[in-house]
Amino acid sequence: MLQAASDPLMKVENLVVEYSVGGKTIHAVSDVSLEIARGETLGLVGESGCGKSTLGRAVLQLRQAVSGKVLFDGHDLTTLKGEPLRKMRRRVQLIFQDPIASLNPRRRIGDIVAEPLVIAGVRDPEERARRVSDVLSAVGLDPALVSGRLPHEFSGGQCQRICIARSLVLNPEFVICDEPVSALDVSIRAQILNLLEEMKARYGLTLLFIAHDLAVVKAVSDRVAVMYLGRLCEVGPSEQLFARPAHPYTALLIEAIPVPDPDVRPTQSVPVGEPPSPIAPPSGCRFRTRCPRADARCAGEVPELRVVAPGQFAACHHPLI
Amino acid sequence: MATLELSLEEEAGATPVRRRRLGMLFWFAIGWMVLVFAVAIFADLLPLPSPTDMDMLERRAPISAEHWLGTDGLGRDELSRLIYGARISLIVGLCAPMIGVTIGGALGMLAGYFRGRFESFVVGSMDVLLAFPPLILALAVTAYLGQSIFNLTYILGVLGIPAFMRVSRAATLTLARREFVIAAQALGATHARILLRELLPNVLLPLLAFFLLGVAVTIVVEGSLSFLGLGVPPPISSWGSMIGEGRESLDVAPMLAFIPAIAMFLTVLAFNLIGDTMRALTDPRQGAL
Amino acid sequence: MSGALLSVEDAVVDLPTPRGNLRAVDHVDLAVGAGKTLGIVGESGCGKTMLSRAVLQLLPKKAKLSGRVMFNGQDLTTLSAEKLRKLRGRSLAVVFQDPMTSLNPVLTIGTQLIETIQEHLELDLAQARQRSIELLAAVGIPAPEQRLAQYPHQLSGGMRQRVAIAIALSCEPQLLIADEPTTALDVTIQAQILDLLAREQQRRHMAMIIITHDLGVVAGRTDEVAVMYAGRVVERAPTPALFKQMRMPYTEALLAALPKLDVAPHTPLPAISGRPPDPTRPMKGCSFSPRCRYSAGRCTTEKPRLSPAETQEHLYACFHPIAAGVGA
Repeated sequence: MLQAASDPLMKVENLVVEYSVGGKTIHAVSDVSLEIARGETLGLVGESGCGKSTLGRAVLQLRQAVSGKVLFDGHDLTTLKGEPLRKMRRRVQLIFQDPIASLNPRRRIGDIVAEPLVIAGVRDPEERARRVSDVLSAVGLDPALVSGRLPHEFSGGQCQRICIARSLVLNPEFVICDEPVSALDVSIRAQILNLLEEMKARYGLTLLFIAHDLAVVKAVSDRVAVMYLGRLCEVGPSEQLFARPAHPYTALLIEAIPVPDPDVRPTQSVPVGEPPSPIAPPSGCRFRTRCPRADARCAGEVPELRVVAPGQFAACHHPLI
Repeated sequence: MATLELSLEEEAGATPVRRRRLGMLFWFAIGWMVLVFAVAIFADLLPLPSPTDMDMLERRAPISAEHWLGTDGLGRDELSRLIYGARISLIVGLCAPMIGVTIGGALGMLAGYFRGRFESFVVGSMDVLLAFPPLILALAVTAYLGQSIFNLTYILGVLGIPAFMRVSRAATLTLARREFVIAAQALGATHARILLRELLPNVLLPLLAFFLLGVAVTIVVEGSLSFLGLGVPPPISSWGSMIGEGRESLDVAPMLAFIPAIAMFLTVLAFNLIGDTMRALTDPRQGAL
Repeated sequence: MSGALLSVEDAVVDLPTPRGNLRAVDHVDLAVGAGKTLGIVGESGCGKTMLSRAVLQLLPKKAKLSGRVMFNGQDLTTLSAEKLRKLRGRSLAVVFQDPMTSLNPVLTIGTQLIETIQEHLELDLAQARQRSIELLAAVGIPAPEQRLAQYPHQLSGGMRQRVAIAIALSCEPQLLIADEPTTALDVTIQAQILDLLAREQQRRHMAMIIITHDLGVVAGRTDEVAVMYAGRVVERAPTPALFKQMRMPYTEALLAALPKLDVAPHTPLPAISGRPPDPTRPMKGCSFSPRCRYSAGRCTTEKPRLSPAETQEHLYACFHPIAAGVGA
């Protein structure tokens, strides 16, 4: 796909992920292609159940893809198994939504952060201790105070710092952040977002930033991809996409954000209706059941991602621009 | 830098101390356990008459300076038999669940972690084992292999496997979906490492609590089997066989059945109490609000 | 405030915990007039939920409440359990954050609605059923008759929250407390649910308290906002006045820390450093002082009282308020 970058670090090609729950097939990710350039942050937004987290996990091979490729630095991860896959995983890390649940409650912080090093085969305990202490200081925690404690002694924001430290201790190139701040309070959220930006600069990271909050995504992303019911609706540079959305769904998402300003009366135009089930997605364009512009063509024909503006792509038969 | 001002120093001196009142009952339970274990372990060193020496002149003797708890129907010292009986009850009561917790725990973890066909196989075979009437199995095995402490322990241990398997599988199933396990997978950890370092420490506690319950149940089951004459072979005493023997003279010397029954009751109660308290104490989230 | 439907006067809620006494609500005064909407904004652990529980008299058993909760001229803290039960559901209704846990999973939606209606209103089964259908239609649930026979798990999150709202509205309450009603929902659904609440509030002329952590949620939809921090109300003002001129540094910092759509990507956010204080360890001074950039002098030794600014309605608790015409 002709999306971005001359030098993509991560390339997802026609990825399809389906799994069954209670005998029914859930079409979590349907034919998604993405490119993420080295050093770029790609934001991935969508509502719950749109498949954005599944996509993140499928990239890491934590979910089996039905078809499609995940090319990381030229290697197709979907064909790797065993030791080569484990080696590749060390270069790709994941940060989760619930920082407390993603730390083993019975292990000490020092051990948790050192674990990636142990798995990667760093045998020298002194070197491990040095790297753990470096990365803990980098995320704003005092290694001497923190190392000996258990996760439950920390608040959500501190646990997320620990998770970030764990994901960075191996000097990865690519980090997938899956809703890293949605479980945190507003005042802590800004700290963690700033920290992620700092860490990105310091460690030269490429980020896939998954979130449901558009404002959060915009704050950190160079480009944004919008997902709805397993399909990509729109991809484009952040500023451009938020200023001039081409897909009606992107426009709806932007409109629905509550603005902290009483002079901006909440719009009443948000259509009633809920996302259909990913078990039986609508034919054609999956957004058509909630779309004010839908017509017969939308029901019959799946819209392809097309260029609507420089660098901006939308999958819509009747784009807004 | 703006984001690096996380103040931890104020909490530095305040490592959460878990001040939980354990209560009198817990300390009584501990006291009783220490006493039972001590006398059982050091039975040979205690100035006790032999538990198998019969004295036909002093059958069903009352409490006296010579026989602190009197003698039984064959004139054997009741206290001595009670203490040596504690040995058997504790050996069987501890070893049998050990078999269950090791095999059942491991099977449960593997089943809960790997899922799929292996899980169906394990769960299915455990259901078969559960469906087999335990007394018949015990009867069959003792009839075939002979009555001995070893065989008794072995049967009771095997019978306990399904229950331990279920506890450990249930715990593993919920834990395996937790994000820290996925995080370990994402780090490229091997299955063995995830099972041993991430899952085992978390599964161990529910298993331990269930183990203590298992000890209590096994002591009762051993008692029942011995009461029915399927337990340890005479003249070795166990609490169950003592109750069984005491039954014959309930009308003349009810003490002979009641003393071992009380000993068993207190021990089982103590195991249960300690198990409950341990579980409450070691939950890492108890201290955090 | 005279003529208020609900007024909370000097409420203090203490919770005993293994780590010591936790003061969840610390001398709070609030009032809501009939037909008005009050927004309570604060981060998790600031005591906003405990405050709403205190109003409903649904505090945990071990909690101690002092102060008065006046509703319609009655002090709820002195009412008998039976009278309270009649009041709750009838005149005082709640919508909780998670409709999955607030609805009973083993009863159909119809049963839950009809039971609530029959409990409080004298209607026969057919009338109650009719009313249930009307309510479901009013909260925007398509095909309400068929929905009566469904179970909560057969509905989506947004639909479940609509059902929870229908149950809350079923007996025409005078006051509706919505405790983080949209936090568990998606953005597009959140907008719908907030619109629904606002519409029903207007139509029924009931008073409403919206509890949320999101300043964006209260901005366009409330008459008055109270900002809570560490168990206390630190700023209280009519909504337009508050957003026009925030006086308490915490409120301002909270708004500034929100990522905004009209800011370019990669702009560092003005984060609030540190984290909220441990509520089991009371502080001598202003509880926001360790994180406040204006903190100086008596901020660390003396607690500021909630006092009026230019107008009697705009109250704040701060020794160094942001001067008028500066800041946000």
